[in-house]
Amino acid sequence: MPTSYTEMYFPVLVQAILAMALAAGLLTVSRLLGKRVRNRVKDLPYESGIVPTGDARQRFSVKFYLVAMLFIVFDIEAIFLYPWAVVYRDLRMVGFVEMLVFVILILSGFFYIWKKGALDWAAGAVDRKENRAP
Amino acid sequence: MEFVTQHPVLVVSLIKIAIALFVVMTALAYLTWFERKVVARIQSRWGPYWVGPHGLLQPLADGVKFLFKEDIVPPMVDKVAYVLAPFLALAIALTTLALIPIGPATINVLGQPTQLVISHSNIALILLFAISSIGIYAVVLAGWSSNSKYPLMGGLRSSAQMISYELPLSLAIAAPLLLSNTLSLHDLVVTQEGGIWHWNVLRGPFPQIFSFVIFLIAAFAETNRVPFDLPEAENELVAGFHVEYSSMKFASFFMAEYCNMITVSSMATLLFLGGWTAPWPAAYGSRFVPVLIFALAGVVALYHGIETLRRRDRLTFPVFGVVFLAIAGVFLLPMVQEWLLPLFWFCAKTGALLFAFMWIRGTLPRFRYDQLMGFTWKFLFPVAMLNLLVTGLLVAWFS
Repeated sequence: MPTSYTEMYFPVLVQAILAMALAAGLLTVSRLLGKRVRNRVKDLPYESGIVPTGDARQRFSVKFYLVAMLFIVFDIEAIFLYPWAVVYRDLRMVGFVEMLVFVILILSGFFYIWKKGALDWAAGAVDRKENRAP
Repeated sequence: MEFVTQHPVLVVSLIKIAIALFVVMTALAYLTWFERKVVARIQSRWGPYWVGPHGLLQPLADGVKFLFKEDIVPPMVDKVAYVLAPFLALAIALTTLALIPIGPATINVLGQPTQLVISHSNIALILLFAISSIGIYAVVLAGWSSNSKYPLMGGLRSSAQMISYELPLSLAIAAPLLLSNTLSLHDLVVTQEGGIWHWNVLRGPFPQIFSFVIFLIAAFAETNRVPFDLPEAENELVAGFHVEYSSMKFASFFMAEYCNMITVSSMATLLFLGGWTAPWPAAYGSRFVPVLIFALAGVVALYHGIETLRRRDRLTFPVFGVVFLAIAGVFLLPMVQEWLLPLFWFCAKTGALLFAFMWIRGTLPRFRYDQLMGFTWKFLFPVAMLNLLVTGLLVAWFS
């Protein structure tokens, strides 16, 4: 059993450095070994043979941003559960009730955003249909 | 030798890491071979066959091919992020392996007693999560930096998918923690010792079968495997976030994916399936299971060697048969059994889960994107939460 923090976490650092070295090494070797022939067509972005039009840096759905925000809220909640789970046998019913209150608060927020339609991925399409002039 | 006595931690961990990286890189290569064979059998094909006996040298040929292929860097890309993405994917995937213990034994390396894990941390589970989460950056960076339409869409979809499925994943892990009460992956297995009824997946007061299934589903989505391979949905997005990648950069994403598959399979084994413990105690004969399995495999291979479908197999089948029988013999030696048996059980369980990955790839179609997001937010997350609360209630009640 390791006794100090150095013994616990220093090997992770060594592993990270070696893994990076391996990844960098593989990429460099293939860069050096592979031959390179450039031409105009090869430099185009690949769009299944169709001649690309317009820039790829277009606006994308705000849904992706919304998912990221919701993720942060609920993932922080999940992280709180871990230390709770570790000492759970000592807390017993008290710990359960305390966490139940916390989880109910979180879940009420969850059902609120559910009813608000934040979790419906195709909701935008439905809205457009409803807003269409008769 | 002086260096060894002065820096024992560094030297011992270097040796272990070198072995681990070598074994895992080989395993990654042969996992591709195994996957192609399994999917081929599901589709009534032979799979790789001609490069070496039964295509066993195919991964080697593929590796060489990737090294010598042209490394195209399109002019429109953001160069730094474009190169960083595959590097990050592979480096992060390989780093997570440092935290996974593969056996209980303490062995001596250069006179230093050490365990079959690179870093024996008491918060290994959280650290594992923290490191593997960085992997999402690789996907986002690859999709964005390519400056091409398909990769951008693939990268966005993939990042949203990966963070969404991380919620049920972390909740599914919290439930067995209520039974085991530790964040150390080593101690997790110690709490599950004593046979299949003590494994978290079947353990009282509330068997974690639901968490196990939720964990597996979320793990499939985290590793972007079928039926959740939306980021690389071939018939919509060509290859998703790695459309513009070629050569070893392309291969890096694949190696990272397979490495992540190994990591989540080992995590499922450690959390739910009792890690390296045998399904029933060694006193009742579980130590003869590997002998039986390998002996059976050897006999079957020898039997097929008598009359083969193809001429080429006339030599290979008997050789495989003898090798399997020799392995079966090794498992009979009492002095190696102590550390070889746990290793066998760990590899067998992880291997079975890896086989499930491939089996499902050969069986299921792909989700639609709105189904995929609705499934995790509206079904998996509430169910995982409910499972956690029921587990908590029952553990508090009965302990």
